[in-house]
Amino acid sequence: MSGHRLLDRLHATIPFQAGMLALTVMLATASLALADRLTRRPIAEAIAEDTRRSLAQVLPADSYDNDPTRDIVHARDGDLAVTVHVARRAGVPTGVVIATRARGYGGEIGLVVGVSRDQRVLGVRITRHAETPGLGDKIELAKSDWVHSFAGRHLADPDAARWAVRKDGGEFDQFAGATITPRAVVAAVKSSLELYRREHHEWFARRDPS
Amino acid sequence: MSDYRRILRDGLWDNNMISSQLLAMCPAMAVTATATNGLGMGLATTAVLVAANTLVASVRHLVPTSVRIPIFIVLIASLVTLVDLALNAWLHELYKVLGLFIALIVVNCGILGRAESFASKSTVSRAIVDGLAMGIGFTWVMVAIGAVREVLGSGTLFAQAHLLLGPAFGFLELELFDGGALLMVLPPGGFLVLGGLLAAKRVLEASRQRRGAVAAQSA
Repeated sequence: MSGHRLLDRLHATIPFQAGMLALTVMLATASLALADRLTRRPIAEAIAEDTRRSLAQVLPADSYDNDPTRDIVHARDGDLAVTVHVARRAGVPTGVVIATRARGYGGEIGLVVGVSRDQRVLGVRITRHAETPGLGDKIELAKSDWVHSFAGRHLADPDAARWAVRKDGGEFDQFAGATITPRAVVAAVKSSLELYRREHHEWFARRDPS
Repeated sequence: MSDYRRILRDGLWDNNMISSQLLAMCPAMAVTATATNGLGMGLATTAVLVAANTLVASVRHLVPTSVRIPIFIVLIASLVTLVDLALNAWLHELYKVLGLFIALIVVNCGILGRAESFASKSTVSRAIVDGLAMGIGFTWVMVAIGAVREVLGSGTLFAQAHLLLGPAFGFLELELFDGGALLMVLPPGGFLVLGGLLAAKRVLEASRQRRGAVAAQSA
C-alpha cells in the first residue's frame, strides 16, 4: 500500500515524468536497434531469394547456365542506379535482366525487365511496391496479368510515341482508378530498353566474374 | 463473467471502433476496395491491438498520466515496427501479402484510442479480451464495407482470397458480373458505403428501442 502511495507521489513530479518518457524511448530504441540487427540478414536473404526467383521468371530457363544474381554490372540510367544481371550460356551473353525502379503512387516500385539480345522484352516482374491495394497493385502478376503486355515488345513496337498508357495516347492499358502506377512502370520499361540499346556492348565486353 | 460479455458486446457492436467510435477511418477508407483486403487489414490490426493492449495494461502503473500519450505512441509505433521487421525476416511470404497493411496500422488511431480509454485503466486479461473484441469488431466492419464496395464496384467478392488465406480458401472467390461502378472502388465509394452502414445501424437500433418500449408499456 505504501509502495503504491510512493509511486503516486512520484507520478506527480516532473523529473519522474521526464525520466519515464526517456526510459520508454530508450527501451523502444534499443529494442528496435536489436530487432534491426537480428533481422537484417534474414531480410536481405529473403530479398535475394526473391530476386533469384524473379530473374528465373523473366529469363527463359534454357537461355543461361551461369548465375545471373552474381554476374552483375552496376549501370546508371540518368540519376537512377540500376543493377544489370547478365545471362550467359556457355560464356556467351544471351540477354540481361535490368533491376530498376519507378516512382509510383505509393513510393518506389522495384521491377525487373528481361531483355533479349535482339532488344525485345523477355518479361517484366514487379519485385516490390507500395501501391494502393485493389487499384494500383494490379501490376503484380498475382493480381492481374497486365505485366504480360510487355512480353515481346521492343523500342519500335509500339513506336516511341505509343510507349505509354492509353490515357497518354499510348498502347498500354491503365487500370480503372489508377493511372500513375502503370504510367510509371511503362516509362521504366521503356527507359530500360533504351539503356540496353545504349550500353549493352559495354556490359557484354566484360568477362563473366562467376 | 458478465464483465467480459460486456467487453465483447462493446467491441463487436455497441461501441464498435468504426461504426460507433468512427475511429480508424484512414485504413477503413484506404484498403476496403475489396473484402479480402478488409479481412487482411482486420486480422493484422487485431494482432497489433491485442499486443498493444497487453503491453499498455502491464505497464499502466508506471506511466505518469501527464506523459501517457507520447509513451503509448512510442510503444505502439515500436511494436508495429517490430512486427513489420519480424514478419519480413521470418515469415517473408506472409509479409508479401500483409506488408502493405502493416505500415498503415501505425496511422490507426483506434489502437491508441483503446490504449488510452481502456487498457491504461484495466487488468491485463481484460485488456486482452478488449483488444480481441475490438479487433474482431473492426474486422467484420472492414469486411462488410469491402464486400459491398467490391460487389458494386468490380462485380467480384473476396477476389484474391487465396493469396491471403492460402489456396484452400480459393472457393471464397466469386465472380458475379463484369464491370461495376468504378466510383465504389474509388475513395468516394468508401464514404458512401460507410454512410449507408451507419444509417442502417441507427435504423436497426431505433427499431429495437421502439420494440423495447412497446414491450415495457404492455408489461
